[in-house]
Amino acid sequence: MANLRDLYQELIVDHSKQPRNFRVVTDADRHAEGHNPLCGDRVTIYIKMEGERISDVAFRGSGCAISTASASLLTESLKGRTATEAENIFDNFHNLVTGAGETGPLGKLAAFSGVCDYPTRVKCATLAWHTFHAALRGAQADHVSTEKA
Amino acid sequence: MNATQAVRVAEARADFPILHQQVHGKPLVYLDNAATTQKPKPVIDAIVSYYTADNSNIHRGVHTLSERATVRYEAARERVRRFLHAASEQEIIFTRGATESINLVAAAYGRENVGAGDEVLITALEHHSNIVPWQMLCNEKGAKLRVAPINDAGEVVIGEFERLLGRRTKVVAISHVSNALGTVNPVGPMIRAAHRVGAVALVDGAQAVAHIPVDAPALDADFYAFSGHKVYGPTGIGVLYGKKRLLEAMPPYQGGGDMIRTVTFEKTTYNDLPYKFEAGTPNISGVIGLAAAIEYLENIGIENAAAHEHDLLCYATEQLRRIPGVRILGTAAEKAGVLSFLLEGVHPHDAGTILDSEGVAVRAGHHCAQPVMDRYGVSATTRASFALYNTREEVDALARAVRKAQEVFG
Ligand SMILES: Cc1ncc(COP(=O)(O)O)c(C=O)c1O
Repeated sequence: MANLRDLYQELIVDHSKQPRNFRVVTDADRHAEGHNPLCGDRVTIYIKMEGERISDVAFRGSGCAISTASASLLTESLKGRTATEAENIFDNFHNLVTGAGETGPLGKLAAFSGVCDYPTRVKCATLAWHTFHAALRGAQADHVSTEKA
Repeated sequence: MNATQAVRVAEARADFPILHQQVHGKPLVYLDNAATTQKPKPVIDAIVSYYTADNSNIHRGVHTLSERATVRYEAARERVRRFLHAASEQEIIFTRGATESINLVAAAYGRENVGAGDEVLITALEHHSNIVPWQMLCNEKGAKLRVAPINDAGEVVIGEFERLLGRRTKVVAISHVSNALGTVNPVGPMIRAAHRVGAVALVDGAQAVAHIPVDAPALDADFYAFSGHKVYGPTGIGVLYGKKRLLEAMPPYQGGGDMIRTVTFEKTTYNDLPYKFEAGTPNISGVIGLAAAIEYLENIGIENAAAHEHDLLCYATEQLRRIPGVRILGTAAEKAGVLSFLLEGVHPHDAGTILDSEGVAVRAGHHCAQPVMDRYGVSATTRASFALYNTREEVDALARAVRKAQEVFG
């Protein structure tokens, strides 16, 4: 059995208790809402762009430690990146938490390496990312659900 | 509970093969019984023996196996009849589960008897399966869904329930026991109140039948629904009890084989009760397994099981109350073995994962009762629920695992 501490690494516990960039961005260019109807997790991601670059990214919402920490670390990892870089990081992160293959360098996001041993928690880790993805691509408000309609 | 009965309950654990395993290197502590109960050996054996010796379609063959399968199927109906104290086997309809039983009533009774401006009254404690079918009916008919509120303890406010009853109330649909909070509703008086305004009363007994002896006619319930899998039986089988007079007047729910008497392309005449409501080949092995489950539970004694579970509930409540940061939701005076709680600083979803890593299986989520969660302003709870095979040692394991969850987030 995977060790519980591999899932709840210190960095994850820390970010779940004190999420960074946990705020509404009133002048956001884009935002999207994500929802996991099975467990009630909700997240809204706000993005501000300067040309191709993400000048600000923040979130609000409520959820479990994994989903909160994932949103928090997402904002830290993606601020200042270009949209293309962000999509690459998302791909790597997705591979990491699903155990799907090569991940490339992930920095702090490597803290989520334990998630792949807990298949029921993958959706918690990816909710904010799918929501970010929708915000980035969508023109304005968009809605993401972990469960297909 | 006398001493020999207590022994019988204690020994029952050995009858459940699945319980004797380890999960993540720890002994399995199965406390998710409100979701589904485990199955004792006699239930598993009954299903195996049916498929090994008697499998055949029922009510149609003249051959020996069909005759045997039919006899076992109908003997099971007789056992369910006695279990609910129904007057006639014609009042026992086999369905896929409580959900289908409720949908059957909403469709076959509701569509005929609920019209524009009429009302259906439910309570704020209901499982989605006793909300959504009524909502669908009301939307279709232009009727109104009314909801009796609950107090902070999780009890239906009976004064409000009675105030919401009126001339327009056609159906009252209430749970016997709440799956989210464990509250036992005073269904007898609630049914009497429904009858005073001329409404029919459906009781969702999904969480009740394994823990409370049910006498449907004594309660004067018009309909009583339950699922086999929450009473130590298989999944995919359930029961709808209905008063014969009402069932006879209702149109069929589904069309197909077995529910007809004669068919021409111009006209079909329907079969008698209960077959009118059992279209198609039923879940024969499920019915046989359910009968074995009821027999098993009756041998132990529902009162004995209930007394044991009540002891576990009190013990668990006491153990969890001792842990700082635990908040118990649902503190009704009358409760069955359900303990829903919140842990300060630990989301229920995380609590569920951490408890699982300690071998403790609980439910974390909204328990298909989102309105109950909304009432308390939470999105989810962690829920431990007890069955006759659980022990005080398992409650201790639960309390230890809860402390562990707090440490992880300490
Ligand atoms: C109170 C209550 N009603 C109805 C149901 C639905 O039962 P099933 O899913 O077996 O049809 C449940 C199951 O969780 C329940 O707890």
